[in-house]
Amino acid sequence: MLNTLDIARPVAARPSAQAPLLSVENLRVEFDTSRGRVRAVDGVSWNVYPGETMAIVGESGCGKSVSALAVMGLLAKPAGRVAGGRIMFGDRDLTKLSTSQLRELRGRDIAMVFQEPMTSLNPVLSIGMQLAEPLRIHLGMNAQEARERSIELLGLVGIADAARRLDQYPHQFSGGMRQRVMIAIALTCNPKLIIADEPTTALDVTIQAQVLELMKELSQKLGIALVIITHNLGIVARYADRLTVMYAGRVVEEGTAEQLFARPRHPYTLGLLRSVPRLDRPRAGLLDTIDGLPPNLLAPPTGCRFAERCFLRAAACEADPPLFDLAEGQRSACHRHAKLEQALAARPAAPPLPEAAPSDGEAPLLSVRALRKDFHVPVGQGRHGLVRAVDDVSFDVPRGTTLGVVGESGCGKTTVGRMILRLTPQTSGEVLFEGTDIASASAEAMRKLRLRMQVVFQDPFSSLNPRMSIGDTLNEPQLVYRKARNRREADERSAELLRRVGLVPEMASRYPHQLSGGQRQRVGIARALAMQPSFIVCDEPVSALDVSVQAQIMNLLTDLQNSLGMTFLFIAHDLAVVRHISQRIVVMYLGRVVEAADCDDLYREPLHPYTQALLDAAPVPDPTIERQRAARVLKGEPPSPLNPPSGCTYHTRCPRATAECAGIVPPLREVRPGHFAACIKL
Amino acid sequence: MTTLSQTALRPSPARRRWRDNPVVDFAVSQPLGVAGLVAVLAMVVAAVLADFIAPYDPVAIDFEAMLAPPSLAHPFGTDSFGRDILTRIMYGARTALTIGFISSFIGCTIGALIGLASAYYGGWRDMIVQRGIDLLLSFPIIVLALVVVAMVGRNRVGGIDVNLICAITVPIIPRAARVVRSAGLSIREMPYVDAARAAGYSSARIILRHMAPNVLGPYLILLTAYIAQAILLEASLSFLGLGVNEPTPAWGLMLSGNSANFYQTAPWMILFPGAAISLAVFGFNLVGDALRDWLDPRLKT
Repeated sequence: MLNTLDIARPVAARPSAQAPLLSVENLRVEFDTSRGRVRAVDGVSWNVYPGETMAIVGESGCGKSVSALAVMGLLAKPAGRVAGGRIMFGDRDLTKLSTSQLRELRGRDIAMVFQEPMTSLNPVLSIGMQLAEPLRIHLGMNAQEARERSIELLGLVGIADAARRLDQYPHQFSGGMRQRVMIAIALTCNPKLIIADEPTTALDVTIQAQVLELMKELSQKLGIALVIITHNLGIVARYADRLTVMYAGRVVEEGTAEQLFARPRHPYTLGLLRSVPRLDRPRAGLLDTIDGLPPNLLAPPTGCRFAERCFLRAAACEADPPLFDLAEGQRSACHRHAKLEQALAARPAAPPLPEAAPSDGEAPLLSVRALRKDFHVPVGQGRHGLVRAVDDVSFDVPRGTTLGVVGESGCGKTTVGRMILRLTPQTSGEVLFEGTDIASASAEAMRKLRLRMQVVFQDPFSSLNPRMSIGDTLNEPQLVYRKARNRREADERSAELLRRVGLVPEMASRYPHQLSGGQRQRVGIARALAMQPSFIVCDEPVSALDVSVQAQIMNLLTDLQNSLGMTFLFIAHDLAVVRHISQRIVVMYLGRVVEAADCDDLYREPLHPYTQALLDAAPVPDPTIERQRAARVLKGEPPSPLNPPSGCTYHTRCPRATAECAGIVPPLREVRPGHFAACIKL
Repeated sequence: MTTLSQTALRPSPARRRWRDNPVVDFAVSQPLGVAGLVAVLAMVVAAVLADFIAPYDPVAIDFEAMLAPPSLAHPFGTDSFGRDILTRIMYGARTALTIGFISSFIGCTIGALIGLASAYYGGWRDMIVQRGIDLLLSFPIIVLALVVVAMVGRNRVGGIDVNLICAITVPIIPRAARVVRSAGLSIREMPYVDAARAAGYSSARIILRHMAPNVLGPYLILLTAYIAQAILLEASLSFLGLGVNEPTPAWGLMLSGNSANFYQTAPWMILFPGAAISLAVFGFNLVGDALRDWLDPRLKT
């Protein structure tokens, strides 16, 4: 329907004929840093129309949050300031308002929901106080009226027993509940617009679905316009009407969700879409990546800022691209937008993923048997409670394959990884690495075992010693374990390792803070490889990275497995990422394994109701599919591990649970050949 | 998949060569530190060269010039025995620096190692060490030093009272240990320490190679702060007759004793030694802060 791209034609169809509620026009925001002036937002325009949901998408540092903070007048002063452009809210320019005028507007007409529900509520004030505050300040209610309205608001955001919970403090609420409270606070004064900055990034996938569902429902019911700032294309597909894609301080593309997902007209949007592993498509070879890194905004390149990383780059890209008006309101800042589809078709398809097949009959590299971990945690008044973080977990990892361990936060997956590495001692059970029990290994035997098993951590910012150069970090294991005879030999091998993980050897002289997140994660992988291990525990290795970098790291891991025959234990919460990289998958819930199966079987036919719920909640970056999916939102929250439910720990949330489930701890049994599940209803 | 172009790695050559010299780099990046360093160096020069540059003998009594106000002959005036105050400040720097630096260095280093080990091992070992530290901290710093001096007496080796240094060191150890332990506790939980444990390195290596460099900041601040503390503590002990004795010149000593009787008529008797102490403390603190910033690779571009 959109075959002809007529650039000269004026904007044909706006999603709404009305005037925009908020319109950001040619906004420029600058930050003064010790290294010079950073233009974090450079000539950005976007509109929000009444009642719609608009998403601003982009990777970290692209200026998406900064443009929202500028709207709220919340830029960090004095370093940051609006250097140009207008922010029109109705007929008022927000950049021209005085502090007190802005304060009056903020919270009343425009409200904001932040990413971190942990820190955006004041821990020493009760929830009731924090809800009543805007009611009394902006609406002049008295204490009684404010309390009544607060109870009403908590009910609106789905918090049961609101009257009692008003007197509780933030620490008595879970992360998802706190985000609901934040939304209730945002709703207090019936705002016309809510800006949500990564509202669900800190939440688990089932809770994320609940919160987003709630926001969407409320915005439709109350006619509130919603701006969602996010890096997650999946949630955008389900909940946004329109999208604005930002890159390096500029808008590169905008349009409706259907347009951008089906027919992206900017290579960056296309790259973002293609670099995420998809649950709705068969597992294809390596992921598409966007090579390189975003430009440094201290000295932005002239011309198109994406040109350096773009596969469509041409001479025309030397000039700064305007936003070309395409059909039906879609706009793209690419000179070569018309050539995109053609060029894409000409690109060679990704090579198929060579399937690492476990050799039959051979003993597994790693076996975990009835592993258990109890933590004693203080519960106040000097008493201690018992948390069974890991309970009777068993699995095998065949040589040369990847076992994915997936589950929400607090399910014990990281503790399992730490016990395998003997970073945390287990309470009981066995970890057999090539037949040797790790728990009972002597210090000397353990030193030898450590050479064979290594770890890559989640947070690339804290997993490297900030006081050691990259070269020192990589040399150390070689010198300690005499893998290199002297410093020079170690340097040479380190250079080789850096090349192996896709970095330049010159990087050895740098310190971790001089590297980007993705580069640091590569160094973390190189450090693990320096020991020449046969097994690596990857603990959420890509969850702190931007999607384009995530794809690069996942490809690197795949490549290492194929070329070195490496065995991985891959711990993650992202179902699509785990599916992409693993041959076999273990799903954990509250310390127990609820399902274990080969990757394809698990995703094709999940047996356990929890796995089904996880897959339902995981958003897919395709608006057509997303909108057809029924909102089967998993009810409730994971129970407290201090006081887990009896019997099947999942029965409190399970749609199929009966009275029987509370009485029996379901054993993990083979429901189909090779497909295990822990549910008595199967 | 190369993620960084070669050009981005190449620093601007001219500037880099010039700043490759660490002294130049320190001077350029830490001007306040240089000011502090000048004060400290002046002190060191005075201490080392006192025999040659001091105008008088520090212990020579001159009843002709008792309580003389500052003049060309006596730039900082004289005390109640007619001893030249400038001379005594120069020689006093010797006492202050030796005792201050040695005590603070030993105290902070032992304290830092205890604190780091305590943080690293945790559990019952940490518990025992912490209760021991609590015990030592329950004594005021001066009382603890008094106890040590009273117990061990005097023991002069090569002009330095070893036991006095010991007495000043002991109260510093638990204080340094407590501060470094709290910094160590957060470092203990960092993934890079886990990575080092997963690599099977020895505990000593992890503490010294991986944790210690990351507490350099608090350590340097402690070191410089406790040099000043040690100078004051030495003065206090001297005042009580347990530290340096008259007629050995020491700044703390110059503030006490007879100057208490004469400061209204001869304010220079306390003004200049007091200024010397303040300047020394200020200088050490500036140097400490500058060193901390300069040594932190995260603050380098």
